[in-house]
Amino acid sequence: MLLQLLLLAACLSVGLYAAVRLGADRASEATFDAVLGAAAGSLAEEVRVAEGGITVDLPPATFSMLSAMGEERIFYRVDVDGAPVTGYADLPLPEQLPTALAPSFYDANYRDTDVRIAAILRSIRIDGRAAPLLVLLAETRQGQGAIAARLGNRAAVLGLAIFLAAIPFSLYFARSFLSPIDRLAEAVGRRGARDLRPLRHPAPSELQPFVTALNSFIARLRGTLSQTETFLAEAAHHIRTPLTVMRNEAELALRQSGEEETRARLRGLIRAADESARSASQLLDHATVLYRAEQADWAEMDLAKLVRDLVERFRPAAEMRDISVRLEVRGTLPTRADPVLVEAALRNIIDNAVKYSAPDGLVEVMAEAVAGEARVTVMDRGRGLAGVVDQGLKRRFRRGANVSDVPGSGLGLTIVEEAAQAMGGSFAIGPREGGGTCAVFSLPLL
Amino acid sequence: MRGLFAAASVRLVCGVLWLALAAAGARGFETEAMQDFGTGPQRIDVLSTTDIAYMQPVIDAYLVRHPDVTLHYVVASSQEVYRAVAEEEAPFDLVISSAMDLQMKIANDGLARPLPAALMSGQPGWARWRDLLVAVTQEPVVLLLGRDALPPGTPAPTTRRELIDLLRDHPDRFRGKVATYDPAVSGAGYLFAAQDARLSDAFWRLAEVMGRLDAKLYCCSAGMIGDIAEGRMLLGYNVLGSYAPGNDADGLRIVELQDYTLTLLRTALVPERARAPEAGAEFLAFLLSAEGQALVAEGAGLPALDADAFDRNPHLRPIRLDPGLLANLDQITRRRFLEEWRAALIQP
Repeated sequence: MLLQLLLLAACLSVGLYAAVRLGADRASEATFDAVLGAAAGSLAEEVRVAEGGITVDLPPATFSMLSAMGEERIFYRVDVDGAPVTGYADLPLPEQLPTALAPSFYDANYRDTDVRIAAILRSIRIDGRAAPLLVLLAETRQGQGAIAARLGNRAAVLGLAIFLAAIPFSLYFARSFLSPIDRLAEAVGRRGARDLRPLRHPAPSELQPFVTALNSFIARLRGTLSQTETFLAEAAHHIRTPLTVMRNEAELALRQSGEEETRARLRGLIRAADESARSASQLLDHATVLYRAEQADWAEMDLAKLVRDLVERFRPAAEMRDISVRLEVRGTLPTRADPVLVEAALRNIIDNAVKYSAPDGLVEVMAEAVAGEARVTVMDRGRGLAGVVDQGLKRRFRRGANVSDVPGSGLGLTIVEEAAQAMGGSFAIGPREGGGTCAVFSLPLL
Repeated sequence: MRGLFAAASVRLVCGVLWLALAAAGARGFETEAMQDFGTGPQRIDVLSTTDIAYMQPVIDAYLVRHPDVTLHYVVASSQEVYRAVAEEEAPFDLVISSAMDLQMKIANDGLARPLPAALMSGQPGWARWRDLLVAVTQEPVVLLLGRDALPPGTPAPTTRRELIDLLRDHPDRFRGKVATYDPAVSGAGYLFAAQDARLSDAFWRLAEVMGRLDAKLYCCSAGMIGDIAEGRMLLGYNVLGSYAPGNDADGLRIVELQDYTLTLLRTALVPERARAPEAGAEFLAFLLSAEGQALVAEGAGLPALDADAFDRNPHLRPIRLDPGLLANLDQITRRRFLEEWRAALIQP
């Protein structure tokens, strides 16, 4: 940034130098030309015709004044009828003869030095006829060059100084102008993935349109999402109710039927209904998680107590499959979170552990405070993850490669992940040493 | 002593005429005298219109300080000095001349070498042109009165107007006894007359009066000084005062006219073609130093550069050292001026 500004300052100074130099050159040349032209004019006036022919009375004061403008060297030449009469006979002639009205000016090299020449054409009467009188007056232009160079140098130095002085200011102003944007970006970046509240960060008036546009975009996004989620929840609900009816009917039919073939079909029907109901239920869960994450309706709660209650609720179902659940919780784990979300997340984790454990298996649930976090670890000796990385499993409707025989929607881990993120926590799942799975769900401690 | 002095001056100032009579020498330009000073390996070639005797004290003092120098000093007339530098490009290391216009033309035409800044920085603006040309002496152009010039009880004229009145009031006394330069022959005389014509309306009237009195025209200051000293002439107008032997010696009286008194600058330059330009400039620096100037003034009797003189004597006018002098050298301008001069001086 600084280097660019320095380069810019240097470029601007060079530009300024060139511009001023050019301007000064033009202006001083015009001035010097005017004086030179006037001097040539007064020289031409001193050329007269007398009895003995042409007479010239060179005006020394004209030469003196011309020279005084920069101690210039002076050369002159007077031609009558195209032949040199006096002065420096080898002074270069103009390429085009000047008109009678205005002197013409041209540059030439004479005696190894650059000179500016004014040429004046008049006509004088000699022996009753008009003869052309050409007067050339030349001067070196050291004084003019020096003036232009001095002006140019001054402009360059001044420009460089101003631009250099401007660099700290521009840096300061750029920073102070950009800092609200930085703060906004930071505020947006700090948000959870599901945090779609409008921005209420203070911003300078210049940024207000940007904030308004961003907020309107967020509002539209939120509207779209909530529509989708509402639709999902509605759909899940509408599917679940008929499914329950269907399952009840099928169980009734199963009890009444004695034909083995029909009973097998009915059992299949019941299992499919269970699976669908579970999916619908998880969809509903997911929609709930999304909705509540956005609401961010948090309260102080004790994670330890929640884990204890949850495990007690799971215990009967687990024991029916001869799976024992061991709970290891000490003291309290105060956090600030949404209890509904936390419960949904933990329920999915423990449900997974129980679901994928073999009969006689052991599910261990631990809740503890580690490094400023309330951490819930759920371990089982189930079939594990079959080498699938946890990122993949956390995506919606993605299931492990080894679970086709167990009903599931593939939404469970997604729900856990989204809940953890919404509350500023984290979720990790991986293989457990010696077989099985280890899932860790953490929330920041209060 | 005075005889030798006068003889040297005659040779110096009458150079133009003397040369016109002399046949073209082997050297290309005509020299009047030359002398080697010192025996050192470093050679400095100096070309000058100033006679050897005037410069000897300065040269001797310089050689005491620089024993490694051989100074080859050549004297020539101002025209020949110009010819040597401008036309023959003779390799001199320092050129000193009393012809301001010719020196200016050499500098203007790019044949002079820039002098060291240290040397030029101390010089006042009127005593130099660019860094090419610098004055080494300033010599007033005066009215010289002989022993019996003034009628008893008459005060000396202090202005040209008074001079005109004096000449008009005593035509019989001054008939055939007024001396002045012949500008047609003398470059210096032409320069003085041209300057006079620019500076004063009285000049042409003075020329007419002098013409009516059958003024005698001289080629050189020395001739005028000699004739006035010996009583053949009563009064000399536009005499280079530096050549006059001074007040009281022969009853001669130097008068600096109070309306204005021209001051000739003897100038020096280092030619482009110099073989040892640094050595030439170094000798010039010594010439311009306080010690060199003192030697010029006391030893040679040439007035040293003295800016204060112009403050003390407001009538002193240095002849402007700038390209205005080029107008002086224009042959047609010169012809026209001389015609006018002749018309004023020689009345039908």
